[in-house]
Amino acid sequence: MLNKIKFWKKYIKSEEKTKPKMEIKRSRTKELTEKELMIDLSELNEKQEKMFERWLSAENFEFISPEAEKSYRERILRIKDAIQLKKVPDRVPVVLSIGFFPAYYSGLTPRDVMYDYDKLYSAWKRYVLDFQPDAHIGCFVPGPGRIFDLLDYKLYAWPGHGTSPEHSYQCLEKEYMKRDEYDALIEDPSGFFRSVYLPRIFGALEPLKNLSPLTNILEIVFVGGGILPYGLPEVQEAYKKLLEAGSEALKWGGILGAFDKEMAELGYPNFFGGATKAPFDTLGDTLRGTRGIMMDIHRQPKKLLEACERLVPLMIKFGVAGVQMSGNPIVFIPLHKGADSFLSNEQYKEFYWPSFRKLLMGLIEEGCIPFPYAEGSYNTRLEIIKDLPKGKVIWGLDLTDMTAAKTILGSSACIAGNVPITLLNVGAPEQVKYYTEALIDSASENGGFIMMNGTVIEEAKPENVKMMINTTKEYGIYKQN
Amino acid sequence: MPNDDLVNLIIEIYEDEAIELVKKRVEQGEDPLIILEEVQKAMSIVGEKYQNNEYFLSELIMTGEITKQITDFIHPLVKSNQQQQKKIGKVIIGTVFGDIHDIGKDIVKFLLDSNGFEVIDLGVDVSKEKFIEKIKETNPDIIALSGFLTLAYESMKEIIEAIKKSGLKENKKIIIGGGQIDESIQDYVGADAFGKDAIEAVKIAKNWVSGENVE
Repeated sequence: MLNKIKFWKKYIKSEEKTKPKMEIKRSRTKELTEKELMIDLSELNEKQEKMFERWLSAENFEFISPEAEKSYRERILRIKDAIQLKKVPDRVPVVLSIGFFPAYYSGLTPRDVMYDYDKLYSAWKRYVLDFQPDAHIGCFVPGPGRIFDLLDYKLYAWPGHGTSPEHSYQCLEKEYMKRDEYDALIEDPSGFFRSVYLPRIFGALEPLKNLSPLTNILEIVFVGGGILPYGLPEVQEAYKKLLEAGSEALKWGGILGAFDKEMAELGYPNFFGGATKAPFDTLGDTLRGTRGIMMDIHRQPKKLLEACERLVPLMIKFGVAGVQMSGNPIVFIPLHKGADSFLSNEQYKEFYWPSFRKLLMGLIEEGCIPFPYAEGSYNTRLEIIKDLPKGKVIWGLDLTDMTAAKTILGSSACIAGNVPITLLNVGAPEQVKYYTEALIDSASENGGFIMMNGTVIEEAKPENVKMMINTTKEYGIYKQN
Repeated sequence: MPNDDLVNLIIEIYEDEAIELVKKRVEQGEDPLIILEEVQKAMSIVGEKYQNNEYFLSELIMTGEITKQITDFIHPLVKSNQQQQKKIGKVIIGTVFGDIHDIGKDIVKFLLDSNGFEVIDLGVDVSKEKFIEKIKETNPDIIALSGFLTLAYESMKEIIEAIKKSGLKENKKIIIGGGQIDESIQDYVGADAFGKDAIEAVKIAKNWVSGENVE
């Protein structure tokens, strides 16, 4: 046991020594910063404050007790202080990014909770009440299994359908958007999704490729022709499936809403107000696939950049819509193809960052708080991504050197994450305690830090997860002046 | 553009020009084996550039794609027994069962190949039975287990236990790697080493076959 603690001690020490490679030319980022000053920061601050007011108002909730109401507000304020960097919170907030962890904790399989929403609800509730993080992330991650069956979803293998019932789903990467389809996407993204992309990823929606553009339905003489394809038997069959899936989704959505409501009334806010994706990932994850987009960088860089730009307003709207519905300003953005191991810094600056930054700024201008969550390492990106207005974003980090992240981002942004999944899965509670304390020491000075795991928790040891939370609550208290 | 030099055309990612040049040279009656040698040379330079942080994933994928097109075109013209090259070691590689991610595995495979290893790729979601069967069949020097998801820890552990149990571990080294793998997982699953990234994995493999101590 002692050896193990030593091992993590050694691990932490060597982490501290690792300095990120910084070979970044400053000219471009500087130019952007100057442009930034043109934006009225007080207006941004005001918009964000309004968003927090709405989140704190808890207008649709009836708290079970005054204590629950007090805890709800305290937890949001703790997170708010960590984000805004105006004042130091009472202590380091702790939030977990979880996958199917609550299912395993309750002795259920991922398949169980994808197909039985009551089981989903009770397992996730048990997790929140037993572990008591400052906020939960809702119970949307498992997704509704029956819908995937109904629509013959081809983009993923899921528990009992391509993966074992005991394991999470996995993306089946392919070129669902072909190499020569950039123009079609750029010209009409929604039309491309409806008539090309969706028919490829959902077997049941294949007939939708017969539909003509909605923009054909103009004056009276064009209506009949525009509506006609909806009469085709195979199209009607596809819509029947879609209606059935819709009813199922509504049932599932009702469970999600009820869960958030009950958790709030017990004092636990949902950390996620909405979600969206970086344009480069939108293309690289599920449209072109990793191989496809990596080749596009060389074969058709202009088209790739044009498509990223085209997606920016759509990705902003996606994030803002979630926030408007939930009343919570935090927008989750899982990051994938921009990690250190995927792109060179030059490629990141050319292909990933410009449209991603526009997305972040678009969200910030609406009063939202982007929460990009960078799995893998982001060591070489820190100097690039710091170019954002102060107190408007949460950077979720995984294998990134947190001392460097604090040094480079700390004065302008809240950072979160980094508790290794390996530690939570195979470590011992004493090691978790050690690591959590060391992380607080190196990343939480003057606020601006949220304790979080580095990558999504599936089958971690519950005692380790508990230790991470409890250590933060004990060791993460700030001395107030 | 690096005219008429196939190695440079591949390295500098002139896709169409490289393919055209190959076709032209074959038409002119050149020995396809010479072309294959040049392709191999280009790939080892690409591998070096990746190891030196000059090239990244997109260059690996792109040059891999160009060479694939060339070798698909050339291979039917070459008698199989003519292609034997001296290899520095044999590696069996696969993504462990339960996990279907292949990007990390393919990078390691590329680098092993460009560094002179014979690589037997078992693909993704590979069962322990399949590993055992292929190890018996091919008798590799190194067994490389890849996994991106955390579920891979258990799969790796089971596979390694099965290899040891069936007496196949002797004279063989086992290395693991993947997005969420570190020293603690190496201990947990009972592997001989882990590669922090593809570059380190290849370094370790080269040390093993040359008899040097990695520690």
